[in-house]
Amino acid sequence: MSVTAPSTVEQSAPTQRGAMRAPRRMAWRSRGADGPTREPGQRSLLVRALVVVIVVVWSLPTVGLLISSFRPPGAIATSGWWTVFAHPFEITQWTLDNYIAVLGDRGMFDAFVNSVVIAIPATVIPISLAAFAAYAFAWIDFPGRKPLFALVVGLLVVPLQMTLVPLLELYVRWDLTGTYLGTWLAHTGFGLPMAVFLLYNYIADLPKEILESAYVDGASHFAAFTRLVLPLAAPVLAAFAIFQFLWVWNDFLVAFVFLGTSSDVAVLTAQLQQLVGTRGESWHLLTAGAFVSMVVPLVVFLAMQRHFVRGLLTGGVKG
Amino acid sequence: MPVETRAESTQRTTPRPGRSVAAIGVLLAIVAVLWWSVGFLADPAAFDRVVAGLLRFVGADGSAAAIEQRGLTPVSRKLGSAAVALVVGVGGVWALFVAANRAIDATFGLRTREKIRPWLFVGPGIGLIFLYLLLPMLGTIYRSFTDNDGGFTLSHYQFALTDPSMLLAFRNNVLWLVFGTTGSVLIGVGFAALVDRVKREALAKSFIFLPLSISFVGASVIWRFVYAWQPEGQPQTGLINAIITGFGFEPVPILSLSPLNTFALIVVMIWLQTGFAMVIFSAAIKSVPSEVIEAARLDGAGEFVVFLRIILPMIRGTILTVATAIFIAILKVFDIVWVMGRGGNFDTEVVATRMFKEMFQFQNFGRASALAVLLLLVVIPVMVVNIRNMNRQGVGA
Repeated sequence: MSVTAPSTVEQSAPTQRGAMRAPRRMAWRSRGADGPTREPGQRSLLVRALVVVIVVVWSLPTVGLLISSFRPPGAIATSGWWTVFAHPFEITQWTLDNYIAVLGDRGMFDAFVNSVVIAIPATVIPISLAAFAAYAFAWIDFPGRKPLFALVVGLLVVPLQMTLVPLLELYVRWDLTGTYLGTWLAHTGFGLPMAVFLLYNYIADLPKEILESAYVDGASHFAAFTRLVLPLAAPVLAAFAIFQFLWVWNDFLVAFVFLGTSSDVAVLTAQLQQLVGTRGESWHLLTAGAFVSMVVPLVVFLAMQRHFVRGLLTGGVKG
Repeated sequence: MPVETRAESTQRTTPRPGRSVAAIGVLLAIVAVLWWSVGFLADPAAFDRVVAGLLRFVGADGSAAAIEQRGLTPVSRKLGSAAVALVVGVGGVWALFVAANRAIDATFGLRTREKIRPWLFVGPGIGLIFLYLLLPMLGTIYRSFTDNDGGFTLSHYQFALTDPSMLLAFRNNVLWLVFGTTGSVLIGVGFAALVDRVKREALAKSFIFLPLSISFVGASVIWRFVYAWQPEGQPQTGLINAIITGFGFEPVPILSLSPLNTFALIVVMIWLQTGFAMVIFSAAIKSVPSEVIEAARLDGAGEFVVFLRIILPMIRGTILTVATAIFIAILKVFDIVWVMGRGGNFDTEVVATRMFKEMFQFQNFGRASALAVLLLLVVIPVMVVNIRNMNRQGVGA
């Protein structure tokens, strides 16, 4: 056994996911083969059944929402979504009207565009500022860098709520409420400490020799940063970008406070919350609206699950 | 050879007045363009004027006049200004950095420029952190001790710690923290251990993980639907009440019965957070050396004993990290209560929703500030443990 384990590690080394799973999986199988096991079949059947039950329970709420969003209003109000399984191929019970209604009159289309306009710069701006700052903290010696960095990390503890009252007063005075810029900057300010902290941990660990040889070759700090550090830090940049994007896209509090709910600027979460307030029992609108708000994060998540998980594992926990 | 390159590059970037003026001019121009575009984005009709102006410029006076009269269609206006906003937001920050860096290179000598450059790098980030976190934090602390006339007072804290409605909010927060945190951690670690030994592990994990990408508002809508209630005799469209009535019981108006409703909201949080716990625990469990597990198994330990006595103690640090992270997320819970509990009705109020109400509905900034300070006081020790833990071992793996 001690012979097989290392070789599996080597084989699966190229793919990160394989490397995470394969060694244990192999070990597990060989355990089953020659260990003193009792009824391995039954036991694993029980485990498998439990896993399936949990997976089903976890998925039902979302599945119910998705199915309902394609049913006509009358049907949603009078029968449970599970009744569609009685005759799933009866085409008349499915409709796209809910989506048309919610994207048209109910402002979800505008809100969708607003969410895009908020989320992309609110991801790029903090990550850029944080990368510059993390590089300087890690590789440039300047007076006050240690206390400043400690301050940034210390501010990780501050809950958002701590800042709302003074910031709102400031925003009203500077006429920043309800503007894209104000919301980008708010998300940037709140996201920065975590971004600096994460990027610093990665950038400070880059091999010293690479950067030093670049400096000796006459590279300025700016060149070293843009040509060397940014490409090398791509994995952690990607991980943080996904986090920040999902966080901003899904945020309700910041958008509600600084951007508001007027239809020019309201993002999806705010619009959906309005819908719950005004049409709380119109489930055909709510289900379709909720799904419109979820579709981008779901796609991002499914497409980039690997980066997302890696980000989680390196401590991408939003404070 | 390297020395030569260095000299060369130094020479290349030696300041000359002409270049310096040009570089600073570019920087100022970028600032001006960004400044103008901020005003542009605030004005919904501005995009129409720009399009009309462009059309006139290329000679299409007719279409330009049409746009000036009737305006663009809402959709194209929306998409157009969205495109401008994206270019400004994403490009602006980089344009500023590059231009400022050029200006420094062209203006100052080698010594000075290397003294200034770190501040160009950390300055914008630090500035925003000061503006958005440090100063407002001090402002909130100040306000929490200040009465309407500007004098010192403890009345906001007295209210926060003694008023019956606040005590209810604190009770709810404690319920959230205890049941939400333990629920997410227990289910997370249990599922991580189970899923470690089935085929298609990644697929199974995705299902549990998926809710993590859903917003709290979206999750609130999903679960309001699960908890939906109709009076007895009418068909139940909510899953839970359909099951309850299916067994022959009366339907329960889950979201308006206290304290049941608070527990119903906690379930939503557990549903959202378990995936996060599970992923990190799963990686931690895989990093337990298989020799140790092997040895225990050879000694005759059953699966459950191995899990309880070997795996759990070995991932203790990870459990602490995950628990503190979830604890803090739950402490600040706002959206779920705001949307599902309709702003904390039916006794679902928690500290964060009350703070929001004091701020927006009652305009009582002193009380709102005091509540925020109380949240901070609870967060600090937990976060300190968390950051230490993260620094010491890295999370998870």
